Amino acid sequence: MVYDYVRWEEKVIADAAKKKGVDLKLVDSKDVSLLLDNDYEKEFGDVVLQRCLSYFRSLHLTATLEAKGVSVVNNFNVAVVAGNKLFTTLALLKAGIPTPQTVLSFAPESALKSLEKLGYPAVLKPTIGSWGRLVALLKDRDSAEAIFEDREHMFPLYQIYYIQEFVKRPPRDIRSIVIDDRVVAAIYRISPSGNWKTNMALGAKAENCPITKELEDICARASKAVGGGILGVDCMESPDGLLVHEVNNTTEFKNTVPATGVDIPGLIIDYLVKLRK
Amino acid sequence: MKCPECDGEIPLPKDAIEGEIVTCPDCGTSFELYKKEDGRFDIRSIQVVGEDWGE
Repeated sequence: MVYDYVRWEEKVIADAAKKKGVDLKLVDSKDVSLLLDNDYEKEFGDVVLQRCLSYFRSLHLTATLEAKGVSVVNNFNVAVVAGNKLFTTLALLKAGIPTPQTVLSFAPESALKSLEKLGYPAVLKPTIGSWGRLVALLKDRDSAEAIFEDREHMFPLYQIYYIQEFVKRPPRDIRSIVIDDRVVAAIYRISPSGNWKTNMALGAKAENCPITKELEDICARASKAVGGGILGVDCMESPDGLLVHEVNNTTEFKNTVPATGVDIPGLIIDYLVKLRK
Repeated sequence: MKCPECDGEIPLPKDAIEGEIVTCPDCGTSFELYKKEDGRFDIRSIQVVGEDWGE
């Protein structure tokens, strides 16, 4: 398992490996020094679980390990697609999976035109990012203009105007943990009072969510659409049924385990053992 | 271990792992565990939240 910081998730994965008698070596990516001409297949073992908190670190390390013949979960293509909200949306649309209506622009003026098509309120999201960071509710043209002006002074990534419809939904969404295209656990993430966002990092509450046939089906399709592996698939309950709005590449499950009682770290280890050469 | 921010006591987890994030129970500041040359654990500051951190 490669990591950069050890969260609760990485600790319980290491514990699960120990309990199952699986030899899991922990590699701090910050200590890695790779001579790109060398072969690293033996050093990194049969399969590497990628658990870096930093997306760019994980992406570049995964690319390098795969090029050297090491199997990585999730693989590089999945990390590219699921690590970028636009690429995820494109993959979901290609697979015919219901997802919120999305517009894309590259300048404030065209983004405002896009919003005329989409309507207000709408949600502006950075294409790369997590935990609800810099996700902004565009209530009207005035708030959109003000937020776009700020974005123009930020890193170019934030000048990619990826904007989604604000879906009418209960004050919650559904996070499903999907391993090998199968939903193993799901929670409702209930927005904290006074906040429209449902991120656990912002104080949302977790409750067990029954895995219905509809949820199982849409999450399995979303997993396949981005390339499979270990994923956190986020769905919203729209008036027309479930929509997938995000697929998370290095999913956290700290709140899912106590809410559902499912041994997610054990299932991750079982999956890695299954992939072993 | 003493918290460099508030001087509170940060307990070392029994199953501590290098790179583990520990949080001061008094002031809530988070630190990274690392091993010193003598093999004992100590804490150092971490980036609070990186722009690309997350899931």
